[in-house]
Amino acid sequence: MTGPSLETRDLTVRFGGHVAVDHVSAAFHPGELTAIVGPNGAGKTTWFNLISGQIPASGGKVLLKGEDITRLSVAARTDRGIGRAFQLTNLFPKLTVLENVRLVIQARARRGFNMWTVAMGHRDMIEAAERILERVRLQHLANQPVNTLPHGDQRKLEVATLIAMQPEVFMFDEPTAGLSLDEAPVILELIAEIKRDPGATVLLVEHKMDVIRSLADRIIVLHNGALVADGPPAEVMASAVVKEAYLGGELEDV
Amino acid sequence: MVRLLLSGDRPQSVLLGALLLTILVCLAFAPFLFPGTRSLETAARICIFIVLVASYDLLLGYAGIVSFAHTMFFGMGAYGVAIATQRMGTGYDALAVGTAAGAGLAAVFAFLIALFSLRVRAIFFAMITLAVASAVAVLVSQLSAITGGEDGMNIRIPRELTPAFRPFDGPVLGLNVNGRVLNYYLVFVSCLVLFLLMLRIVNSPFGRVLQAIRENAFRAEAIGYRVVFYRAAATVISAVVASLAGAIFAIWLRYVGPATTLGVEIMLDILLIVVIGGMGTMYGAVVGTAAFVLAQNYLRDWMGGASEATSFLPLVPDLLNPDRWLMWLGILFILSVYFFPTGMVGRLRGVR
Repeated sequence: MTGPSLETRDLTVRFGGHVAVDHVSAAFHPGELTAIVGPNGAGKTTWFNLISGQIPASGGKVLLKGEDITRLSVAARTDRGIGRAFQLTNLFPKLTVLENVRLVIQARARRGFNMWTVAMGHRDMIEAAERILERVRLQHLANQPVNTLPHGDQRKLEVATLIAMQPEVFMFDEPTAGLSLDEAPVILELIAEIKRDPGATVLLVEHKMDVIRSLADRIIVLHNGALVADGPPAEVMASAVVKEAYLGGELEDV
Repeated sequence: MVRLLLSGDRPQSVLLGALLLTILVCLAFAPFLFPGTRSLETAARICIFIVLVASYDLLLGYAGIVSFAHTMFFGMGAYGVAIATQRMGTGYDALAVGTAAGAGLAAVFAFLIALFSLRVRAIFFAMITLAVASAVAVLVSQLSAITGGEDGMNIRIPRELTPAFRPFDGPVLGLNVNGRVLNYYLVFVSCLVLFLLMLRIVNSPFGRVLQAIRENAFRAEAIGYRVVFYRAAATVISAVVASLAGAIFAIWLRYVGPATTLGVEIMLDILLIVVIGGMGTMYGAVVGTAAFVLAQNYLRDWMGGASEATSFLPLVPDLLNPDRWLMWLGILFILSVYFFPTGMVGRLRGVR
């Protein structure tokens, strides 16, 4: 195996006196899906924010394929291959479903500063967006504004935009949160599909144990901002430290 | 062909399309359809303000950036032409140099303001533009050796563009064509080109990014667009177009002063027209400007007529007294915002 696609070294962030992420070091490899678990406030989303750049790190490093990206902007990290789906749905609410995907493809094609051509004249970008919408089965809603879509479809669209980014690293932050029992499997099927790509590194923050069991190759446990366990699912779930971290029954054993 | 010129941005409503076409025809043939100095003044003012308002809409309606420095950029173009003709003498070269200098200065100012303030909160940018614009306005009125101070400057333009010039021996289509008419067509054609250019920009991939940033800047950054660069670019483009409108305005008026270009009233007019016409729709600038400038110029006349016609009624003639025109303009504005929250264009597109 070649080197890790993504690595964090002693990654730390402090808010005043509170250490939200405390010297977390972990390396991720292509073809691997890592589930990140931990009680609320453990620092999972904050760690994600440090990796994708929404929050600047107080210390430590983020490396993407060996390149130090700790000081880069969010957009520059996206450009280099960090793709992130957010915990709360985060889309362009008044733009159409198609436009939400097309804008991602346009960013990848680096055509954002093209001022002289008509956007809808670029058939290649529209067709690429339509293909991705077909993949997540949203093509029939292509021309609807996003804010008219039910929550489940918005989550699907969020995954679609992540696929459109074609990143090296896929980061999902509770992708099935707030979804009904019949909506969640569609999203999970899409994640499983992404996982089948041997070049994809997938990070997944998730609470539901059945999801973790069926998808994860590896589990990382965060507790009070620190990494307390890292290993194959069976091993981590059996360890005492995890049971202690989850005292109070955080894991939803559905 | 039409599609290409409009950059695929169809009016999406028969009514709006008809209205836009009417305005275009009226402006294109204004000297022939509405002879007279005053109506030509009104037509030229509509042309120039369409460009000025559209350039502001590019910033506010598309990129979602609030700026109070738009008249400053407008003034830079106008003063550029005035100062260049004063220093270089009358001639087309002076007009070209002045226009280019004004546009260049506007671009530099816009870039610096954007770079220093767009990284932080939106409200900070609005405040910076207000401060810089006020400072520049004070500077212009104080530096009378360069700018003519409060009195402003008269501009001597080439004879071919003045009423004294008569290119034809007899009337053409019943009109005595003089340099003033040629000057009007210079205004009309430049404004049409600038408007179509902006229509292209807002419908380009770049324009789509601006709308994305307006909708959700956090998201735009997350999918790979450097928001600050796009906002800066939009600010610069908008400022340059405003300065070009200012240069055209100076050449048409043959005068520039603080009140005609830098005034707070003009900034307010621009804001009102953008809201009345419909934010984030270039066509809103067209219908909004036409309605607003016509009301501003002719409301007093119409009211005078209405006041006389109703002289037999109690109270009504007093309410319709031409001196009350500003009150009626205010009422019209409130009504239009209340009934057309998405502007005239939004309303017209709604009915289909």
